Formats: sequence, C-alpha cells, structure tokens
Amino acid sequence: MRETLAGTGVLIRLGLRRDRWLLPAWIAGFAATTYSTAVAGAELYPDVGSRVEAATALNATASLVALFGRVYDPTSLGALSLIKYTAFMAAILAVLMVFITVRHTRSDEESGRLELLGGGRMGRDAPLAAALTISFGASIVLGLVTAVSLAAGGLPAAGSIAFGLGWAATGMAFSAVAGVTAQLTASARAATGMSLGVVAVTYALRAVGDLAEPGPSALSWLSPIGWNQQIRAFAGDQWWVLALPLALCALLVPVALALRARRDLGSGLRQERPGPARGSLRGVGDLAVRLQFRLLAAWAVAFVVFGVVIGSLAGNVTDLLSSPNAQDLIMMLGGTQAMTDAFIAAEISIMGLLAAAYGLSAASRLRDEETDGHVEALLGTATTRPRWATSHFALALAGVAVLMLLAGVSVGAGAATVLADANQLGRVTLAAAAQIPAAWVMTAAVLAVFGWAPRLTGTVWALLLLFVALGEFGVLWNAPEWLMELSPFRHSPLLPLDSGAVGPLLGLTVTAAALAALGYAGWRRRDLAP
Amino acid sequence: MANVLEMVGVVKRFGPVVALNGLDFSVEAGEVHGFLGPNGSGKSTTIRLLLGMLRANAGSIRVLGLDPWRDVSSLHRRLAYVPGDVALWPNLTGGEVIDLLGRLQGGQDLARRAQLLELFDLDPTKKSRAYSKGNRQKVALVAALATDAELFLLDEPTSGLDPLMEEAFRGCIRELRNQGRTVLLSSHILSEAEALSDRVSIIREGRVVETGRLDELRHLTRTSVTADVAVVPAGLDALPGVHDVVVRNHRVSAQVEPSGLAPFMRALTDAGLVALTSQPPTLEDLFLRHYGAAVPVAAAGSSSGRTADA
Ligand SMILES: Nc1ncnc2c1ncn2[C@@H]1O[C@H](COP(=O)(O)OP(=O)(O)OP(=O)(O)O)[C@@H](O)[C@H]1O
Ligand SMILES: [Mg+2]
Repeated sequence: MRETLAGTGVLIRLGLRRDRWLLPAWIAGFAATTYSTAVAGAELYPDVGSRVEAATALNATASLVALFGRVYDPTSLGALSLIKYTAFMAAILAVLMVFITVRHTRSDEESGRLELLGGGRMGRDAPLAAALTISFGASIVLGLVTAVSLAAGGLPAAGSIAFGLGWAATGMAFSAVAGVTAQLTASARAATGMSLGVVAVTYALRAVGDLAEPGPSALSWLSPIGWNQQIRAFAGDQWWVLALPLALCALLVPVALALRARRDLGSGLRQERPGPARGSLRGVGDLAVRLQFRLLAAWAVAFVVFGVVIGSLAGNVTDLLSSPNAQDLIMMLGGTQAMTDAFIAAEISIMGLLAAAYGLSAASRLRDEETDGHVEALLGTATTRPRWATSHFALALAGVAVLMLLAGVSVGAGAATVLADANQLGRVTLAAAAQIPAAWVMTAAVLAVFGWAPRLTGTVWALLLLFVALGEFGVLWNAPEWLMELSPFRHSPLLPLDSGAVGPLLGLTVTAAALAALGYAGWRRRDLAP
Repeated sequence: MANVLEMVGVVKRFGPVVALNGLDFSVEAGEVHGFLGPNGSGKSTTIRLLLGMLRANAGSIRVLGLDPWRDVSSLHRRLAYVPGDVALWPNLTGGEVIDLLGRLQGGQDLARRAQLLELFDLDPTKKSRAYSKGNRQKVALVAALATDAELFLLDEPTSGLDPLMEEAFRGCIRELRNQGRTVLLSSHILSEAEALSDRVSIIREGRVVETGRLDELRHLTRTSVTADVAVVPAGLDALPGVHDVVVRNHRVSAQVEPSGLAPFMRALTDAGLVALTSQPPTLEDLFLRHYGAAVPVAAAGSSSGRTADA
C-alpha cells in the first residue's frame, strides 16, 4: 500500500462505527420506499391501457417532465411507477452521499479529529480514501438493496438491477464531487454548500434538457442525474450509460487527491485573506445573521428559480389531456381552474416541505453552536440564554416566512403571466403564505428538543422525513389516522383558500408557539451540554 | 476581607459521574486565587457553575453577592471569563470576535484593547480558522482583559501560550491585582500559580482538599536537601521530619519537613559539612503528596526513610 494511504483501514472502521445507525436507516428507508412504490404501481395501473394513458399524460405535461422527467416506454409498469425516483429521489440520494463524504473529510478535519489521528501513522490521503470507500460502499449496497426490493415488489429482474445500479453509480458520482469540494473550501459548511449547488445545477440542466422535443437534448447528457434517467431502467435498459458516472468518478477521484496534495491539513486551496481588524457585529442577532445569511440567500435564490419555473408551467396544465373525454372529466371536476389550482397547490406544498427543511437546519444551528463550544464564550458575557436562543430561532422563523413569500410571489407572477390573469399573484402568494405555520411547527420542534434533550436535536429530521413519507405513502401503508393527523403539513390549507383555512392556520401557529415556549423553558433550566 | 465568591457544599453530578462532591470554596476580594487540580478534578465544572452555565444539584453559590443561576445578566456585566477550550467562529477575524464579546459584555476600553493586542503580539485581521491554539487563547484573553470587570474567571488561561507570552500574561494579572480586582485562575502549571497567586486552593475528586496562603501551605511541603559531608552520620533517617534519605559515598540527600530542618542541619554540621544545595518546596510537592502514588496521604506523617549504601 502507498505510504500516503496508511491508516485508511482504521479510518474506514471508525467511520462505519460512527455511521452504524445512520447508514442502515437510510438504506432501509430507500428500500422500503421503492418496494412500496413497486407494489402500489401494480395496483394503480393494472393493465397496459391505463399505463399508456397515464404515461402519455405525464409526458405531455411540461411541468411534470421538468420536475421528474419522461416515461420512455409508456407500456412499462416499472418506468411509470418509478417516474419520481430516477431524478428526484436520485437527487436526494446525491444529497445524502454529499453529507456522508463531507462528514468524513472536511467536518473531521475542521473539528481537529483528523489531526488527533494524524499524529499516529496516518497517510495524507487516508481520510479522503476512507470517506470515499464508505460513501462508494454505501451507494453500492443501497443500489443492490434497491434492486432486490424492486424485484421483490414484482418488477422485472433486469430492469430492477439496471435501476439499482443506476442509483449506485449516481451516488458514487456525487460522492466524488463532494470529495473534490471538500478539498477546495476550508469549511464543511462551504464544502457541503458547493456540492449541493452542483446537485441543484445538474438537476436543473436535465429539467431543461428533458423539456426539449422530442427527446432529451444535449443538456440532459451533461448531467449525472440526467444520465441516471437515460439508463432507462424498465424501458430498454441502456446499460452502457452506467459507464458515464463511473468515468466521472475515475476522473474526479484523482483530481481530489491531487488537490489534497497541494494543500495543508485544515486549510482550503484558496489562501485565507485577512479580514477587518475591527468588528461591526453589535450583538448576538447580528452574529446569527452573519453566520446564517449565506445559507438563507442560497435557499432564496433556489426558491425563486424553482417558483418561476413552476409558475410558468401552470399554463400547460390545461392541455394535459386533449382528448374530448378527458376534457369532459376535467369540467366535471371543476374546470381548468381546478386543474391549475391542483397543480400549483401540489407544487406549493412541496415548497412548504422544503421551507420546513430550511427552518429545521437554521434552528439546528443552536445545537451546532453549543457543540462547537461557541455558546460558552457568548454566555460568559452579559448575554442571557433566551436572548441568544432567540437570535437563531427568530432568524429561522423569519427565513421560513421569507422563503414561502418568495415562492408565492414567483409562482404567482409566473402563473399570472402565462394565464394572463393578474389575480393569480395575490391568491397564489396567499396560498404559499398559508404553508408557513406548518413549517414553523417543525422549526419550533427543533427548539423544543434542543431545550429538553439537546443530544437528540437531530431526530427532528427523522420526524420531518416521517411526515413526508406519511404524506406520500400513508394511505398506501394503511397508516392509522391519528398518526397521519400528527403531521402539521396535513393541516396546511391548500388552494383555493377560503375562510375555512383560518382555523387550521391558527391551530398550527398556536402549536408552534407552544413548542417554542416549551423549548425556551427547557433551555433556561438545563446545563450547557457541549 | 469580604468574599467575592463563595460555594458551600456544592454537589454536581453528570448522570452517574459525581464531578463535585460537597465542594466548599471561597475567594476574597482583591486577591489572585490559584485553583489547582489534576485532570478531571472538577476545575472547569466549578467555574461553569460560578457562571450559571451548569446548575448545582445541591449547595449554595454566591458570586459578587448574586446568584449565578438567576442573576446572569447583572452578574456577568461585572465579571469576565476565559474558557478553557477557546472555540471561535472560523469565519470571523480575531478583531471581530474581540469587539463582539466586548459589546456583549457592555463595553471595552479601546486604548487597553490596542495595548493588549500589541502586548500579546496578536494580528486581529486573521480569520479565526487560521489562528493557532495559543492565538485563539489570546483572542479570548484580550477580549476579557480589555473589559472593566471586577472579577476575572480564567480557566487554564496559559495552557497554549509560549513562555514569552506567559510572562506578558503574568504582567497583566499583577496589574489587575494592583487595581484591586479579583482573579480566579485555574491551572495545571504550578509555577504559574506560585508566581501569581496570593492564595491557592487545591481540588481533588470534586472537593477542595487544601486552601490557604502559599506560605501557610509550605508546612505541607518538604525542602529537598543534598549535602556532602566528611563522615556520614548514622541514624539520619530516624530524625523526626526527615524522609527519603539516600546516601551515596559522602553525599546525603533527603526530603525534610520544615520542623525537621534544624535538627537535620545540626547533624550535618556535626558530621563535617562540605557542600550544601537545597531546593525550596514547590507546589509540585504539594501535588505529589495529594495525588502521588509514591507518598500516600495517610503515611505522610510517619517518617519512612530509606538508606542505600554504595
Ligand atoms: N458535560 C459533562 N458530562 C459528563 N461528565 C462531565 C461533563 N463535564 C465534566 N464531566 C466530568 O466531570 C469531572 C470534572 O471535569 P472538569 O472538566 O471539571 O475537570 P477539570 O478539572 O477542568 O479537568 P482538566 O484539567 O482536564 O480541564 C470529570 O470526571 C468529567 O469527566
Ligand atoms: Mg478543565
């Protein structure tokens, strides 16, 4: 073994130990989801006719194509059932692999843990090699487990394997991307942010590429997420496409190693520039803004872009089904207005979930600041505990509100333009604002757990995933009603809003306030627990 | 003199771990108080209790006449704290951190800030990420020392400083004492506590086991004496207060309690003293006697000499 790789085995074992709950939980989650979907698909589309109708409708709807991609074989049950999984879930998988890779490279380096280990016999490249081994291995295991789940769910074996390998290769490609960004930046946050930016850009590339008629344009072929779709599992199984993400790995891993060789432990590639000698931060509020502004700005940009795309697609919802029968059906269901509303409502509730994810990550900064030991310096001054907690918590609440208002305005403006109906701006913005209280409930839940069981702050993420999964699969899983009712998102009113929305909104806001009060009470009386 | 801080019967548990086990501790106004103890003895826990960052399971704590758990804001305006592990925001420069902490504290003396930056040779334009451990510590020290606090709680403030900076730090502490401020200084570094402290307290396993002025504590320590004599007298190790007698040719060395010094010297003089070196007692000895496996506390009273002939 090369000298620079010495100690890789030890680091791999250490990493797997640290992730011994996280990785199996994620893999099981992906497996359960794909299995459920395969089973549900067979019930939803029992015959070829129903599949062709649904697939044709889907392929004709630009908004859905942009969001999920195309069904390349309208007669294929697998291709249709898994339409949400080739791009959307692949992107979530990419995010997971980014987190895992950065966690074992930059985060460890930043916290000084690697330095501690570096004192022993540890080669320069060992941390990167260990992190990539873990994330590559996790991708492959996840892919194989997924293939088995799909086949167990009744889908053809060849397609199941193609699909699973597609996910594995996509996970590996984004692990390699994170391996590179972890060398470029000097902080874990920045490395994660840069990698997530890459995920977002590749997702957008394929969205635009997929919209081209008749098939995907070159843009889709520039995107690793696009590649995953072009494997066309269950729709022709183009195995050779798997070579593209693997080739990307083969290219990026040496790049990451070369970058690592050119920098010191703990530093980024860019030289640290000196900053101001005097500070302008007037208090903990300013500090929280300074620490969190970039994150919020990045989310805001993403929300506006996403919102404008969604809004401008609202127009073609009505030519969704051009057959006279279907149009009769739509008229019966409440006309084209109802169709457009249903589409916008669905997109806005997705943005509501994303805003909740933002609120969660922003509020979790409370715990991060505590474990990083920063709170100790602050609470040694005249700053009180509630004052400090408010600095991050209020920012999280405000961030959620800003994001949803931006979403509403951009979706509304897009819809108003394509539908030539100025009223859309106001009513869509209002509908987006109606998603704020549910996201606040999740944000306040972070504070509540932080106040009483700080070490469990991360579990609120699991709660969010549970609520998302219940929203998606609750009915399919026969989940008990009380469990489904537990999700705040179930109580968020949707378009078209009427006076009946006031009650649930009030209820959610009161719940959020109660959770926050609970959190403050716990935080005031507990020990500092780094 | 009035006590600036007082802890009586304080118990602090972390789950099954008993970190403080009935701690009694007080610091008088205007003194520099050394707080000594080995790793894990409870120094940082004590200081965090004084700051209201932890809540005691039992006992009473008063700092500047206030309850540190309830009166956080009014109390902290009057004290300054340097944590043992200084963690800073990697993206902020040292200067920004100093100013932020100063403002949260309720104001800093700008002239003093500039003076301290110079004294500690600290570049305030560097990002915290780029600072070494010692420099991070200096940032926290400058932020604390530039305030107009009555009480300074410093948790191992010099653990990352080089000897030159340590000297600068000592100068600052002496200055604070001359201004009548009170300083609590926890430390592993005995020479530091010895050089600076008016009084010291020694903590072990969550209890203060000794407290007092250094010269009062000296009775607990032994002077190390090495002498060359013409003829080695017999029965040296039987003298009261004389320990660990080692004879090699004409050289005698021993550890001698203050009470045993006079008879021991008399015996050496009678034996034809040629050369003599002695080392004053240090806090190392105090430590050794409290924590050293070699000298169990119970056996310390009896004289257990040992003779080795060459
Ligand atoms: N948050 C905590 N949770 C559990 N145990 C703790 C916690 N903080 C301290 N302890 C335990 O309390 C005891 C005293 O720790 P403390 O940090 O006060 O020691 P110390 O004298 O400051 O040590 P050092 O010289 O190493 O800084 C130790 O046994 C430690 O393990
Ligand atoms: Mg300590």
